[in-house]
Amino acid sequence: MESTILNKEDEKIIQIESTILNIDELSVSYGGDKYSIDKVSAGIQKNKITAIMGPSGCGKSTLLRAINRMHELYPETHHKGSITLGGEDIYKINPIQLRRKIGMVFQRPNPFPTMSIYDNVIAAYILNGIKLKRSEKNEIVERSLREVGLWDETKDVLHKRGTFLSGGQQQRLCIARALAYKPEVILLDEPTSALDPIATAKIEDLLVKLKKNYTIILVTHNMGQAARISDYSMFMYLGELVEYGKTKKMFTTPKDERTEAYLMGKFG
Amino acid sequence: MFKLITTDRQNYRMKSERLFQYFLKLSGVLILMMAIGIIVTLIIGSIPTFKEFGFGFIYSPDWNPTEGRESYGALPFIIGTIVTSLLALAFTFPFAFSIALFLGEYFREGRMASILKSMIDLLAGIPSVVYGLWGFYTIKPIIVELGLNAQGFGIFTSSFVLAIMIIPYASSLSAEVINMVPSNLKEAAYSLGATRFEVVKNVIIPNAGSGIFAGFILAFGRAIGETMAVTMLIGNSNNIPTNLFDLGNTMASLIANQFGEADGLKYTSLVAMGLLLFVLTGILNLIGKMIMKKFTA
Ligand SMILES: Nc1ncnc2c1ncn2[C@@H]1O[C@H](COP(=O)(O)OP(=O)(O)O)[C@@H](O)[C@H]1O
Ligand SMILES: [Mg+2]
Repeated sequence: MESTILNKEDEKIIQIESTILNIDELSVSYGGDKYSIDKVSAGIQKNKITAIMGPSGCGKSTLLRAINRMHELYPETHHKGSITLGGEDIYKINPIQLRRKIGMVFQRPNPFPTMSIYDNVIAAYILNGIKLKRSEKNEIVERSLREVGLWDETKDVLHKRGTFLSGGQQQRLCIARALAYKPEVILLDEPTSALDPIATAKIEDLLVKLKKNYTIILVTHNMGQAARISDYSMFMYLGELVEYGKTKKMFTTPKDERTEAYLMGKFG
Repeated sequence: MFKLITTDRQNYRMKSERLFQYFLKLSGVLILMMAIGIIVTLIIGSIPTFKEFGFGFIYSPDWNPTEGRESYGALPFIIGTIVTSLLALAFTFPFAFSIALFLGEYFREGRMASILKSMIDLLAGIPSVVYGLWGFYTIKPIIVELGLNAQGFGIFTSSFVLAIMIIPYASSLSAEVINMVPSNLKEAAYSLGATRFEVVKNVIIPNAGSGIFAGFILAFGRAIGETMAVTMLIGNSNNIPTNLFDLGNTMASLIANQFGEADGLKYTSLVAMGLLLFVLTGILNLIGKMIMKKFTA
C-alpha cells in the first residue's frame, strides 16, 4: 500500500479508504530510453472516479493504457515499476485475462460496424469464442444496456447495426460493451471529447451512477468535467504525476504551482 | 517602357498557361477517342460473325475452320477461360490471403515486410513469356512425372502458373484493404481480451471482407485476360475440356494462336471473341472497382 501521494492530508484519507489499484514508480517507454511517463505512483480508490488531467502529450493515455497493458500493442514498449490490482501484479497476469477485469472506453465511439447492437454488447464473448445460451446472452445484453441507460432506446432495434445510433448512444453502447464482463475497473480515455454537450452530460451522469459498482479512471482534457464528477484527480505534466488528491481540494487549494497554472487555464 | 515589358511578359505567361491546358484537354479527348475507336472496330469487325451465327456464337461448342463446313462457336473457350481462371484463383487464394494478412496486419513494417513486398513486386514484374517458359521447362515435366497427364500441357498446368502470376494482384490489393481496417476497432477488440487471431477473425476479416473480395475479382480479371503463358502451356485444343488435366484453350490463347492465319469468317469470329473477352474483363474490373470504391468511401 506504499503510494506516493503528494497531498499529505489526502494521503491519510486515501490510506483509510480502499486502494484497488496500486501504481508504484511506473515508467513507460515506447522504445529506447526515453520514458513517456516517469516514476508515477498512485493508489486508485475503489468505487471512486479518478480523473487524469494534463496538457496533451503529458502521458495521460500512456498511464491509462499501462493499466490494462494496451500499451504493449506497440512492440517496442517496456516499463519499470509495477501495478497491482487487488494486490496481484498485473504484469504477471495474462493480458487477455487482465483486460476482462479492466474494461476500456475510447475517445471516439467505436462500436464494431459489422455487428448488431446486440452483438456489440456481447462482443467480448463473441471475440473470445465463449458460447453462451440464448437466455444468458439476452440477460447480459439487457443488464448491460440498462446499466448505461440505453435499453429503452434500443430494445426494439437490437438487431440493427450499432453504427446507426447517434454518437452519444454509440459511446454508451461502447461502455455497455466494456461492462458485459463485469470488470472491476473501467478506463475511459477522453470519452466525451467527440460528443456534444447534451450527450456529454448524459455520459457524466452515467459515470457517477456506475461508480457504485465499478472503479472508474477517466482521462479528460476538460477541467470542468473533472471538477463535476471526479472524486480524485491527478495532474500530469511532461510525463510526471505532479499532484494527486481529492478533486475538491485540488481545485480549491492546489499544492503545486504547475497544477495551479493549469487549473487557471495557463496551458493547453 | 518598363511597364510595357511586364504586361508583355504576363501576356506571354497567360498564353502558355492556356496552351498547356489546351494540350491537357486534347490528350484527354484523344485517349477517350482511342478507347471508343477500339470498341467500335471490335464491334464492326465482329458483325459478320454475329450475322452468320447470331448469339449461337456464344453457346455453340464447335470451332471448325474446314472450308465448306465452317462453324465458329465460343463455348469451349469461354469454358476454358473460366475453368482455368477459377482454378488459378483457388490455387492463389491461400497464398495471397496469407501474404495479405502478413503485410496488412502482422508485419506492416520492418525488414520482413519490405523483403516480402519487393519479392511480390518482382513477381509482378516478370514478363508473361518468362512464366510460360518456366512452366514449360519446370512445371510441365513435373506434371508428366506425376502421371497427371501424358504431355504435361493443359488446364491444370496453365492454372498453376497463372496462380503464381496473379498472386501479386490479389495480395497487394487485399493487404491494402486489411491495412485500412481502423485501428480503433482493433484496439476495441484487444481491450475486450481478444487475441491477435481473434482480432483477425472477428474484426479484420469481417471489416475488410468486401475489399478482399474485390481484390480477388480484379485478380480474376487479370487471369482471364492473361495470354502468353497460357498459350504456351494449355495445349491449344478446341474441344470443351472434360477434366482439369485436359487440354484446352482460353479465349485469349485461341486468339493468340490463330490470328496469324485467319481470314474471312474465322477472322471475324476471332474479333468477336476479342469483343467478348473485352466485355468480360471490363465487367469484372467494374465490379471490383465498385466494391473497392464503396469500401474506401
Ligand atoms: N505509439 C507511440 N509511440 C511512440 N511515442 C508515443 C506513442 N504514443 C504516445 N507517445 C508519446 O508519449 C507521450 C505521451 O503521450 P500520450 O500518453 O498519448 O499523451 P496524452 O494522452 O496525455 O495526450 C507523447 O510524447 C507521445 O509523443
Ligand atoms: Mg491521449
